[in-house]
Amino acid sequence: MSGTEIFGGWVAAFLTLAIFSYLYKDNPFYKIAEHIFVGVSAGYWTSMFFWTQIQPNLFGRLWPKLEASEMSGGLMSVWYGIYNVLGAVLPAVFPAGGIDKGHGMHLIYIIPFLLGIMMLLSISSKLSWFARWGIAYTVGMAAGLRAYGFLNSNVIGQIKGSAVQFVGGLPFFNLLGDSIFNSLIIVVGTISGLIYFYFSKEHTGILGKVGRLGIYFLMISFGASFGFAVMGRISLLIGRFIDLIDYSKAGYHHATIWIMIVMVALLGYSAFKEKQAPPPTTE
Amino acid sequence: MKDQKFWTVVAGLALVFIVYWYLGHPIFKSDRIVMFFAVLLMMGTLIYYIRVAERGEKIFLRTIPGLKAIEEAVGRSTEMGKEVLYVPGIMDMDQVETVAGVIILGYVSRMTSRYETPLNVPVSRSIVMKAARESCKESYLIEGRPDLFHDDMVHYLTDDQFAYAAGVNGIMNREKPAACLYMGKFYAESLILAETGNSIGAIQIAGTASPSQIPFFVTACDYTLIGEEFFAASAYLSQKPELLGGVKGQDVLKVIIISAIVLATVFRFLNEMGWMGWNVLDFLTIQ
Repeated sequence: MSGTEIFGGWVAAFLTLAIFSYLYKDNPFYKIAEHIFVGVSAGYWTSMFFWTQIQPNLFGRLWPKLEASEMSGGLMSVWYGIYNVLGAVLPAVFPAGGIDKGHGMHLIYIIPFLLGIMMLLSISSKLSWFARWGIAYTVGMAAGLRAYGFLNSNVIGQIKGSAVQFVGGLPFFNLLGDSIFNSLIIVVGTISGLIYFYFSKEHTGILGKVGRLGIYFLMISFGASFGFAVMGRISLLIGRFIDLIDYSKAGYHHATIWIMIVMVALLGYSAFKEKQAPPPTTE
Repeated sequence: MKDQKFWTVVAGLALVFIVYWYLGHPIFKSDRIVMFFAVLLMMGTLIYYIRVAERGEKIFLRTIPGLKAIEEAVGRSTEMGKEVLYVPGIMDMDQVETVAGVIILGYVSRMTSRYETPLNVPVSRSIVMKAARESCKESYLIEGRPDLFHDDMVHYLTDDQFAYAAGVNGIMNREKPAACLYMGKFYAESLILAETGNSIGAIQIAGTASPSQIPFFVTACDYTLIGEEFFAASAYLSQKPELLGGVKGQDVLKVIIISAIVLATVFRFLNEMGWMGWNVLDFLTIQ
């Protein structure tokens, strides 16, 4: 095993145990892990977004690599002249001759480019209102784009899925498969659930009773979902324990064991000192 | 038939469509006609009720218990002299839950400015940070307390889901807010946040439409706005006619959908019994 792998194992074991130490209480080990996690991930995602989205998909479409003859003449020479200026400042982002990411030139991408610049203008108090355009575009675009999909899957699909079978040789009751009883549950559960979310009328009388039935159905489904998710979390926990057991082997110089001993000793010492410290006086 | 302008436009469009249909309806995909009418019905209903609300007609919305609790939570924070922590979910502004979360944030920040209670809004997306700041700034201006507003009350942590959860947990542990509000789109971090909030003794109110996360919030929070309640809450609190009309329109659509479910079930039964040749399931299958 290489030195880098062993070092990685020690780091992973330390960070895992530092996060687990939160089960005892908020402590310096947890704080170290938390701040490393937040800081590294913020930097990592910024870098990832830039190098996987902005540089190849935005700049790569605005200034793709073209033949020298295609870049010459009229507006193209001005356009690539801007690129060359940017390339002189940031050669890693704007390499000479254009960005070769397999895209053609799509000048429509000037719109997201400008919206991005508008978002950056929020650093200026006078020009920060430009950022609202980007927000408005994001919200409006998402609403329009998703309306069709939601209508298809959540409305038409739901109506179709709720039109269940009641005949065709179905048994009255079947725990695992289709049955008349299960069909009845689906129809009654869906309708009463929808009625619970009816807001234009006070839930009294028959509406209140059906709405109450709806919330019972919802709570039962939430309970099942909760149990299912907890099982998933347990499997994640088992995964972390398996890794910790691996890091406690001789190949990693018993990383888990040593780190755990040091952590427990330091936390124990800290608790002991806290206990011995005189209580704060109040006047 | 109060809204004559609306019905005139509807009649005009219907006439145009009938003429278009009898002219052979070029470029119209006939196998998507169900979807076409569903889109029209939905749009028409929502526009009609938004116009009703904009005319100033009273739109009744029943009380949602979690809404009253938001005011209590801010009041409790004020009494204890501690901050209100507001988490607008971990997704971007292209999610409707995040938009609803930012609208509710506007209402919460109005209360915090009125009571001079500190507000802390950690976010995980840059566009959400900008939108949330604008929303808070507007609220503080409306309440006449721009001096209390500062940009750092809405601050970015990280885009990473669990790093964000760890960061918010750290804020909860160190600053011990008296109220934690989770309003937006959440995934697996929901229980981590709600459990930590519970451990510090904060009053917790959650609102989300993520079905897989509602159980966790129901378990660990004092109040939870479930699914549609969350969207209705944003309309109820903002009292904006377009949102109130939207909720009323959606209620009418729910009644239409319930009727459609009952009719589809009956038609399927009749078809399977051999009493009717028309298959409703084929009709509802969108190509």
